[in-house]
Amino acid sequence: MADVQTSNPESNFAKAVKEGLVAAALALGLFLLIVGFRTDQNIRNELVLNQRWGLLAIFVLVAGIGRFLLTAYVTPWNAARALSKRTVAAKEAKEQSAFRKSFPKIGLALLFVYPFLVIGTLALYNGSMMGGLQGSLKYVDNFGIQILIYVMLAWGLNIVIGLAGLLDLGYVAFYAVGAYSYALLSSHFGLSFWLLLPMAGIFAALWGIVLGFPVLRLRGDYLAIVTLAFGEIIRLVLINWTVVTKGTFGISGIAKATLFGIPFTPGPGGFANLLGLPNSGVYYKIFLYYLILLLALLTAWVTIRLRRMPIGRAWEALREDEIACRSLGINTTTTKLTAFATGAMFGGFAGSFFAARQGFVSPESFVFLESAIILAIVVLGGMGSLVGIAIAAAVMIGGTELLRELEFLKHIFGNDFTPELYRMLLFGLAMIVVMVWKPRGFVGNREPSAFLHKRKLVSSEFTKEGHG
Amino acid sequence: MAENKALLSIENVETYYGNIRALSGVTVHADAGEIVTLIGANGAGKSTLMMTIFGMPRARSGRIMFDGKDITQLPTHEIARLRIAQSPEGRRIFPRMTVQENLQMGASLDKLEYFDEDVRKVFDLFPRLKERINQRGGTLSGGEQQMLAIGRALMARPRLLLLDEPSLGLAPLIIKHIFEAIKELNKTTGLTVFLVEQNAFGALKLADRGYVMVNGIVTMSGASKDLLANPEVRAAYLEGGRH
Repeated sequence: MADVQTSNPESNFAKAVKEGLVAAALALGLFLLIVGFRTDQNIRNELVLNQRWGLLAIFVLVAGIGRFLLTAYVTPWNAARALSKRTVAAKEAKEQSAFRKSFPKIGLALLFVYPFLVIGTLALYNGSMMGGLQGSLKYVDNFGIQILIYVMLAWGLNIVIGLAGLLDLGYVAFYAVGAYSYALLSSHFGLSFWLLLPMAGIFAALWGIVLGFPVLRLRGDYLAIVTLAFGEIIRLVLINWTVVTKGTFGISGIAKATLFGIPFTPGPGGFANLLGLPNSGVYYKIFLYYLILLLALLTAWVTIRLRRMPIGRAWEALREDEIACRSLGINTTTTKLTAFATGAMFGGFAGSFFAARQGFVSPESFVFLESAIILAIVVLGGMGSLVGIAIAAAVMIGGTELLRELEFLKHIFGNDFTPELYRMLLFGLAMIVVMVWKPRGFVGNREPSAFLHKRKLVSSEFTKEGHG
Repeated sequence: MAENKALLSIENVETYYGNIRALSGVTVHADAGEIVTLIGANGAGKSTLMMTIFGMPRARSGRIMFDGKDITQLPTHEIARLRIAQSPEGRRIFPRMTVQENLQMGASLDKLEYFDEDVRKVFDLFPRLKERINQRGGTLSGGEQQMLAIGRALMARPRLLLLDEPSLGLAPLIIKHIFEAIKELNKTTGLTVFLVEQNAFGALKLADRGYVMVNGIVTMSGASKDLLANPEVRAAYLEGGRH
């Protein structure tokens, strides 16, 4: 796709036809046995071979026509766009930066009013306040809280990967440590959420240091493998240490968080009762929404502050060049350990929040896929960029939640079609598209943490790893 | 020579990469206020010696003394804290950080206490860096990157400056500028400089004394004038093109 020949449209068209035919032939060969035939059991338990020529034809046509369109139109269009972009780059950069500057503020304001926006809209739609409250549950919980948990996790992981450049594939382990710390300590000792939240963070940070020590000398892929193993070890311990963790049954009935001692229970003394509001589960959800929003903002604030401090600067220098770092008198051991510990701490906070929200934890919630999703969000958003990561989390998590609602597709593909099964496929496709379209993530720019006269973004074209 | 006066003295140092011996019995010293150069061909072990001073890799035997203190087994960052700074091979500036951030990294030993004062001195020495202050390190030209690497080292207020091939890949005019800057620094502040160079002619012209290294062994040493006049040195490093 790299070659850019748009001078002769006719030859381009012929080339596109040829490539389309080749792609179709390849697809035919590839899918003939996989899609064209299907073995089913009939009523007598015999294996019968079904032929699915129609479906095979769709696959082949999609491949062929897709390749044709790509070669004939998309690639030349992209090339032309890149060409025109280069000429107006300066002008565009100016406009973009004005938009970018105000984007975080607008986004933040929207996040703060989001629950009330949802309630208001639904109340109008349903014609009653109660309808608005109950209807908003799904949007505040499934979308708002769910996305914000991942925003926070990804921002936490961003400290380790985006700033310090340490590839951590076992981040979910710290999430698990936080969740189980809260679950166990609250159910055994009855401690409150507000006491256990910082404790969960501290425990996770300690585990971050425990992980950090053995991997001090590792980098890149070796580090990735060891952290991956660490994540699995924590999960396996949670499964097998049944005396304490109850294994795969998980821990249920975990105490909910309270608002400065006011519980969110129906009846006297509860939040709704005190304020004279009608009973509803939605207050707790809204409370949780603001809680995770504040926790996520704390993560962002700490990240922004640290980047301007010597330790944050040292993390970034460590990502760039470890040897140069050491010869400038920076203790890379403590620098790495603080990065692991800080990142893990926010994972721990998020974990204890997760346990308080679900009221139930089990090792199933802390599988490798979770680490992979958090990592994918960081990479897609652009390593080191808080805004980019938030956008990526909203797109990826919000997107997969939306895919649960694709019931209407049943009308198109028939009743056998289950859209849920395609969530991960679409997730993967979306990731590929983003990586082709923006290989450095949504926001590939690194904003300098120190500047003399005016801010100047470091263009993503130049922010490649390695030496200049 | 006068042992007690030496700021840096490397005694009988042997360094290995795995089982391969890179340095054998190297003895080199630099007195306070001197410019000393180590010249030699590709792969002679010049850069290895420089990195060995910083303990990356560590010397397997022998001793490295700095200001009367044995630093052979010291962790790298603590060696740097004794005010030994280096502009390493390949410059190793931080490519995604700006010129200013790179210089700040250099000054991190003193927690930026003397940053404003020192950065002015660096800009006096290399005015080009001032123009590029908000530019990312990786987008600088080779010469500017070299200036940045030296500038970053100077921000640490070093007593000993180690320079590994500052002339590598640079245009003759820029090499001249950088060498003049080194000379100027040495003259005005009395900074001790240990210069590793392939560009033998330029290095010997600049330095007070020189060492010649071949296959990990120091084969010759003496005043720069004498080395420049030495027929063997001339034949091996100087004839066939002055840089």
